[in-house]
Amino acid sequence: MNLLIKNGRVIDPSQGLDDVADVLVEAGLVKEIGKDLKASAGVETIDATGKYVVPGLVDMHVHLRDPGLEYKEDIVSGTRAAVAGGFTSLVCMPNTKPAIDNKTVASYIINKAATEGFCNVFPVGCITYGMGGERMAEMGELKEAGCVAVSDDGRPVANAELMRRALEYARGIGILVISHAEDLALVGEGVMNEGFTSTELGLKGIPRIAEDIATARDVMLAEYTNSPLHIAHVSTRGSVRIIREAKARGVKVTCETAPHYFTLTDDAVRGYDTNAKMNPPLREADDVAAIKEGLRDGTIDCIATDHAPHHLDEKDVEFNVAANGIIGLETSLPLSLKLVEDGILTINQLIEKMSFNPSKILGISRGSLRAGSVADLTVIDPSVEWTVDTETLASKSRNTPFAGWKMKGRAACTIRGGAVAFPRH
Amino acid sequence: MAEFKHRNIIALRDLTREDMELLLATAENMREINSRDIKKVPTLRGKTIINLFYEASTRTRTSFEIAAKRLSADTVNISPSTSSATKGETLADTALNLLAMKPDIIVMRHAVSGAHYHLAKKVSCSVVNAGDGAHEHPSQGLLDLLTIRDRFGRLDGLKVAIVGDIAHSRVARSDIQGLTKMGSHVFLAGPPTMMPPVVEKLGNVTVCATMREAIQDADVVIMLRIQQERQGKTLMPNAREYSRYFGLNPENLKLAKPGAMVMHPGPINRGVEMSSYVADGSQSHVLKQVENGVAVRMAMLYHVCGGELE
Repeated sequence: MNLLIKNGRVIDPSQGLDDVADVLVEAGLVKEIGKDLKASAGVETIDATGKYVVPGLVDMHVHLRDPGLEYKEDIVSGTRAAVAGGFTSLVCMPNTKPAIDNKTVASYIINKAATEGFCNVFPVGCITYGMGGERMAEMGELKEAGCVAVSDDGRPVANAELMRRALEYARGIGILVISHAEDLALVGEGVMNEGFTSTELGLKGIPRIAEDIATARDVMLAEYTNSPLHIAHVSTRGSVRIIREAKARGVKVTCETAPHYFTLTDDAVRGYDTNAKMNPPLREADDVAAIKEGLRDGTIDCIATDHAPHHLDEKDVEFNVAANGIIGLETSLPLSLKLVEDGILTINQLIEKMSFNPSKILGISRGSLRAGSVADLTVIDPSVEWTVDTETLASKSRNTPFAGWKMKGRAACTIRGGAVAFPRH
Repeated sequence: MAEFKHRNIIALRDLTREDMELLLATAENMREINSRDIKKVPTLRGKTIINLFYEASTRTRTSFEIAAKRLSADTVNISPSTSSATKGETLADTALNLLAMKPDIIVMRHAVSGAHYHLAKKVSCSVVNAGDGAHEHPSQGLLDLLTIRDRFGRLDGLKVAIVGDIAHSRVARSDIQGLTKMGSHVFLAGPPTMMPPVVEKLGNVTVCATMREAIQDADVVIMLRIQQERQGKTLMPNAREYSRYFGLNPENLKLAKPGAMVMHPGPINRGVEMSSYVADGSQSHVLKQVENGVAVRMAMLYHVCGGELE
């Protein structure tokens, strides 16, 4: 089917484009962007007046829970949540059951996403077998199977020697290593950020340095081995500083943060709200300020969600035993648009961090509206006001600290490969 | 008498000074019952109280049980082992099953901070906290307040030193909340490995570099129990060194005001937190604390039931 998206503000950082224009989509590709394009017969027209038309959003950090933990989420529900949130591509982490440490699991995910999914799914393979931290997984075969990066996300590679070798080996193969930067000895039995709130609530704290030290270690290993490295879910001012300094030295390091780290502080844990329990934990006001500054000055390349669905039974329990993580696919865009409203990012920078940069970092051919590109597009209504109602979310899980929040802006229409994957009526 | 507006008592942080005054005043009345020949009044007759203790505790559980029985309530003690709880039934399921038996109050001890707030959301009966993780131990806090007030006739303007493992102590948190709201100034001392971050923000609290500084001219010295099995690994070298720098003995007790009170929530590691000379000495109020515990718990149970004194 062919599409003509009329009169939207077309924003495409890949070609420095920001103009009110029409976008013509033919045969699943972007055919042309221009003024007053005429629709020929059989072309569906979408009126995007007052809306942004951007390259489809790419979320480079999602947990789909499929295979093995489908009671939390599966490829169908997760990709449905993605397109409802404006994402046309997502990158899924390997901590499934079994883990994505072999070609078979990677192929299963790719095939199921292709036949039943609503958006593109690019899997991340493991750095180590079973994420056990002991033996490198077959990165070459994982890449061949379609994995776009390797990570033991959810667990750090504790052994520095192994991490060094993984970075070197991955460089040879041409696959990106994504680090879950966390020193487990410093985390100990911690369940929230270490600070005044943990003192008052009597909960064991996770100090910032648990993240900072691991970030510093992995950045130094990347520098020493001259290998590209991506740091996942940056949450501390220390990590931002370390990455900023490394980038200035020319280290090939990139990083992402998630909307909750620039939106919430550990105050959200008060009342022992398990929907505010995540890893890394919500930090403090000066960390939030540092994350925003890191986004503003370009230290932080991407906004990802770390969408981590959990069943109600895993959250409706005492705080210490509750699972870590929150869902994020359907709240990421409005929470990120707030950065534009607050003057921290321009809309162009935001789209860069939510589409172009993750595509570039992962080497996937997305994040651009250049003529001939795959027609993944998101039409964003920046002014619509809505309230997060957990009953209407597309994800199987409901674990969000943003329930009942008033939001501004959301995807009006998500187009994947030239076809409407999600219309909001 | 003022009205007590809380259905649950989970943390002294949630109570106002007036709430605490009321509980202390009631406890003083209850004390008279405990000195009678027949120590029983019909106040809570027909009420059912469940003592749900996920952590072992002899003194707190016994104290709550005696308190309930002196008010003529029926009590049931349940001690699910933490291991069997993690095997299957959740706290919420246990609570709902107990609730179906129509108790009026659940008194709970639990190893997880904040578990009582989780419980209180699930049940319609009253919830009384007998200790949750490293969060609060409000009955201990109130009995400490009562014991201190017995000695000085007031709680405002006192210098109270709390020494030991502040980070893991629910007693310390309740004491800090109670004492500072009542107008005392709390001085904390302990190894920095046992001092929680930004604890000064809890109220009128000063963190001291040394134990000496904390107990100098103190009216009250509260020593906390050291859980050797827990701290052995990384928080301190050993009990010997701990007692040298943070143990209370007749020598350093002289730094406090003459006749200063010595308190300890028990059970005492003799020779670690304090020497036997101090624990059994004339300045020790340890047994007085235990005695006041029953009266304070009677007051707590009474008020969450919303009853009238006859």
